[in-house]
Amino acid sequence: MSDVVEKTLTALPSLLSFDSQPGAAKLSSTSKLASLIRGITELTSKHEEEKLIQQELVAIKDQVSSPNTSMRQMKELMVRAIYCEMLGYEASFCYIHAIKLAQQGTALDKRVGYLAVALFLHESHELLLLLVNTVLKDLQSTNLIEVCMALTIVSQLFPKDMIPAILPLVEEKLTHPKEIIRRKAVLALYKFYLIAPNQVQHIHNKFRKALCDKDPGVMTASLHIYLQMIKENPEGYKDLTGSFVTILKQVVGGKLPMDYNYHSVPSPWLQIQLLRILSLLGKDDQSSSEIMYEVLDESLRRAEMNHNITYAILYECVKCIYTIHPKDELLEKAAKCIGNFILSPKINLKYIGLKALTYVVQQDPKLALQHQMTIIECLDHPDLIIKRETLELLFRITNGKNVTVIVEKLLDFLRTSKDDYTTIDLMGKVAEVAEKYAPDNKWFIATMNTVFSLGGDLMQPDIPNNFLKLISEGFDDGEQDRMLRLFAVDSYVSLLQGEPEKLPQRFLQVISWVLGEYSHLREDLEPATVVRLLAHVLDLKQASSETKSWVLLAMTKLCEGEAAMSVLQGVSETYSSSMDTVLRQRAQELQNLHLNPELWARVLPRDAFTEPLEVDSSLSFLDGYVSEALAAGAAPYKSPHQRQEELAQAKAVSMEPYGLSLPISMSLSSLDGRQSPTLLSMSSGLSGDSTDHSHKAGTTTLKLDKVKRVWGREGYLAQRESAVVEVPSPVHSADQIEEVGISQDPTPPPVADQEKQQLASSLFVGLGSQTSSSLMGKSEPKHQRLRKKAKDPVSSSEISKQTSNSIFPPPISVDNLLCNSNMDPKKSLPSCTQMTESSQGSAAANGTCAAEGEFTEGDVQGPEPSLFRDNRLTIAGSCETEEPVGMKDLCLTSYLPADCIGANHSEFTPLCSSHGVHLSACHVHKDDTLVLLVFISNSSNSDVHQFIVQVDSGDVEVSCLSESPVEELRCHHVEVCQYSLTAKRPSVHLEVSGLVSFNMPDRTPQTTHFSYKLPLPSFIRPLELSTEEYGTMWLAFSHDTKQNLTLVADVQDSLRATLDVLERKLHLHVVAIIGMEGIVACRLLPDQPCLMHCRVHGGTLAVWLRSPVPDLPDCLLYHCQRALQEV
Amino acid sequence: MMRFLLLFSRQGKLRLQKWYTPMSDREKKKIIRDMTTAVLARQPRTCNFLHWKDLKIIYKRYASLYFCLAIENHENELLALEVIHRYVELLDRYFGNVCELDIIFNFEKAYFILDEFLMGGEIQETSKQIVNRSIEASDMLQETMEEYMSKPAF
Repeated sequence: MSDVVEKTLTALPSLLSFDSQPGAAKLSSTSKLASLIRGITELTSKHEEEKLIQQELVAIKDQVSSPNTSMRQMKELMVRAIYCEMLGYEASFCYIHAIKLAQQGTALDKRVGYLAVALFLHESHELLLLLVNTVLKDLQSTNLIEVCMALTIVSQLFPKDMIPAILPLVEEKLTHPKEIIRRKAVLALYKFYLIAPNQVQHIHNKFRKALCDKDPGVMTASLHIYLQMIKENPEGYKDLTGSFVTILKQVVGGKLPMDYNYHSVPSPWLQIQLLRILSLLGKDDQSSSEIMYEVLDESLRRAEMNHNITYAILYECVKCIYTIHPKDELLEKAAKCIGNFILSPKINLKYIGLKALTYVVQQDPKLALQHQMTIIECLDHPDLIIKRETLELLFRITNGKNVTVIVEKLLDFLRTSKDDYTTIDLMGKVAEVAEKYAPDNKWFIATMNTVFSLGGDLMQPDIPNNFLKLISEGFDDGEQDRMLRLFAVDSYVSLLQGEPEKLPQRFLQVISWVLGEYSHLREDLEPATVVRLLAHVLDLKQASSETKSWVLLAMTKLCEGEAAMSVLQGVSETYSSSMDTVLRQRAQELQNLHLNPELWARVLPRDAFTEPLEVDSSLSFLDGYVSEALAAGAAPYKSPHQRQEELAQAKAVSMEPYGLSLPISMSLSSLDGRQSPTLLSMSSGLSGDSTDHSHKAGTTTLKLDKVKRVWGREGYLAQRESAVVEVPSPVHSADQIEEVGISQDPTPPPVADQEKQQLASSLFVGLGSQTSSSLMGKSEPKHQRLRKKAKDPVSSSEISKQTSNSIFPPPISVDNLLCNSNMDPKKSLPSCTQMTESSQGSAAANGTCAAEGEFTEGDVQGPEPSLFRDNRLTIAGSCETEEPVGMKDLCLTSYLPADCIGANHSEFTPLCSSHGVHLSACHVHKDDTLVLLVFISNSSNSDVHQFIVQVDSGDVEVSCLSESPVEELRCHHVEVCQYSLTAKRPSVHLEVSGLVSFNMPDRTPQTTHFSYKLPLPSFIRPLELSTEEYGTMWLAFSHDTKQNLTLVADVQDSLRATLDVLERKLHLHVVAIIGMEGIVACRLLPDQPCLMHCRVHGGTLAVWLRSPVPDLPDCLLYHCQRALQEV
Repeated sequence: MMRFLLLFSRQGKLRLQKWYTPMSDREKKKIIRDMTTAVLARQPRTCNFLHWKDLKIIYKRYASLYFCLAIENHENELLALEVIHRYVELLDRYFGNVCELDIIFNFEKAYFILDEFLMGGEIQETSKQIVNRSIEASDMLQETMEEYMSKPAF
């Protein structure tokens, strides 16, 4: 009965849509949805809507859980639930039913089920696991539409760890006869590539097939993957440049079927994709660029029609032309194009023009000159977006001469900006150019004051940090520094005398620090005055406790003079009973220090800020306390990371049913080669406790070496620390600064009248042809008046990235090295396990002590080549032990530290050289560590001084083994630095970057960067286990990856042969081989286990890797593939 | 890559939402709120682009309906406008002179069309004809199934 009513009501919505055209599309999905929608539109208040929806949800809930609801009705209910969710009401009870619908419904219901799943669930939703089987089934369906639906959902929702389950099936679809399936499969793989590049690494050659597909749609889809891959590694795809150019030529020439045209432009999306690829390939590559010139010219010429889509293509062309190796003729045309955009009355085109100009001024600043009047107009444009984009452009053309005007414009915008993100972004930009190009102290302090007051507490903390660092470090000219500080003090005193309650917290913190540190510079300023001003800040209602502690600290520095004392007395009394423990401590410090002036002078020495402060970052002074506590039965310290890991492990147990059931369900669905290794021999280990190994997973040492203490008791600490570690960077000599300071004095006159011409002349000064283009955004050290140390590491890492390509040894040779350095696992294993145990034992007691203990042990043993295997030597003797033998002999082998001679070392790789100083490196495999040796040779005829080498890395834990750093390098001398490396987190290649600095004989400082790339197998060591242990561990690990690998062919026992290759090349340990299956174990230094299960199936080797460490299985798998490919 | 697509009415009522990167429900709600207020507040004769955090928002109004597409900063804004337009063309072709009510009452169809056009945040098929064909193919199935299923109901 109700069905009949439903049927009649179905017609209603089509009447409602006011459209006469009949047809399938017009049929509304359900009448109930329609009445719901109509009901909602009739309501007047939000409250009524809520009531109605809640009613609706109750009704839906009743029906979905009723067993009598058919799939068809379920479909209709899902649509209503989706609608309710879209209105913002939660219908989570439906989620499970959506999955059920996708699972059990017919194709038609399935579609709605999948749609609901895609809209309801997200990547990490736990219910998603229930969808895997459905997707697997649908991927194998003979119904095209079901396959399409499965591919769509896969590309939309599937997270990294679920990809392996479906990957082989998706991969198979690349050869499907239907182009729509191939296209969707390619796009799904593209999505996989984005989230887990290692997992699809083995199908790269199939992507090539997709690129050559006869269907243009499939080819276009494959370009997404190529764009991504080329972005990551342009060198690897140079050979395809010609093909891409040919494709573009054909597209531009209209060779594709007509229905790919969009508003009579041939396949614009394809064109743009190709242009992007070409610009990546042609960047810094003249020969590749030359192939492209003709087609780029053609594209520019053809894109004449007056339509948005042609402009989109033109914009992409312009970007490409300015990215690749320049050709004058094309540049000219591109510049004309930009001109057309900017001058266009259409506002969207103007926007694009500004964006293009912002991009190209980095190459050619003079272009901005041509359009200066238009830019000025845009600056006053009523549309804020245009204005914002113009400011972006101005930021790029800032130089020492126009900085005041541009900063003023930026600040004007900041004052009106309401959007937090824009404010933060612009703030950083103002601070950056102000630091770089400030014409004088007064302007700098005033600008930063505005930044601090406007930015409020939104500001990124590095802006005040950098500012304080700059003030405290100053530059080399003492007088200049003093002036800067004086300006700051003066301006802050007057600010505090004004309305301090209007200042943001961050600014108050900066003010109190500067006043505490430098107010003594102003001799006519009584400390009492400053203390009173600060006390006033303390009384402010809005002062946060963080600010208060800064103020108290500043006061502590100012304990001088009778008048000040009395104020301080009051303050310390008030706060020594504060509820806030930090404040109470500060107050106590204040009280005690001002009673004891001697101690005060020692703790807070004046002006000692730039002096190096020895920081015991290992906290070794606490050793006694720690060992006492441990003896008393305290639990050893675990780093937060480790605790997290253990927590994750504990949680991982609950994931186990999935891990076990998945393979079973897959074999049910007749999937090849994917049986659970639990069938092998460790099924008894099901009850094994999973926590056991997680404890073993990380040693319990205090890993504080890399911990940076930025804020300490004295406030900002970074500069002190860095004074110890950091290298004297090339500093401008005093007279240089003088010269800059004076020569830039004629700053643009204040633009009192808003005459645009005048504004233009002040904005675009320094862009003319007489000044070199290096004045532009690319920072020229000479114009960088205030140096910024904080940003140095960033730029240095960029540099090292740029240079790294040329420096790295080609990966193949590295792999070969690995072959040479194969160790005999039988012999090395006992010692390595012993080592792990002993180091754990001592490490548990105390991390730092353990390291020292081993060090002395190493020294006592003395250098002997055989040591490597027989003794558990972690750390070698220092570099001082060996004297260079032959002065002229550059054969670095002779400089190998004694204990490394017996060990296998990699080839020597030149790292960098500068002014006669050459650096090379090699790595040495030891049982429980990887030693990096850096050879520094001085081939010049003079000594260099203050030699400092720093090695650092995000991926790798680096610890220096040399006892004392090299400080002087005599001529024709070679020094060796040793570093012990362990992987922090796995990655296919781990990179170590470093910095060398030294003073030339004539005292000019030199700095060079280098980087060194290590493949993951260098960090892999065999792990000896019994089969039972393996079984328990296998179940405890949660991160896994599966893949089919090629077997070593033409041998009798191909499994054995393949595993031998892996054992030899990657230092894995083969635990057991039983019939057609084998189990293998290894560890990532220091002791992160990874287990591998292999099974021969249909001529391939199905491997399954598991580890407690995320990414380790992926990365190791990559190297397994590589190792087997090379056989 | 496209990050999300929102369709909402002049009154700020959401009509369709598609997210191409994982996001929490709270984030989604905030974005929807931000987008509707920001886009609806735009004056006439301003450009069709907006900044939102590190994303670019491209919006266009068709009759009473706003289409709002978020792309990454380095992408091409003009092209994104045409992506919206192509989607509207596809809707128009399917519904025949599409209006807001079509999308309200048949929003699941609008989703299906979108899934044939965009996939994983990228353009899946640029040929209008092919997209239409694949939509029709699955619709045909839907019709026959519907007929088949409805029989035992009477």
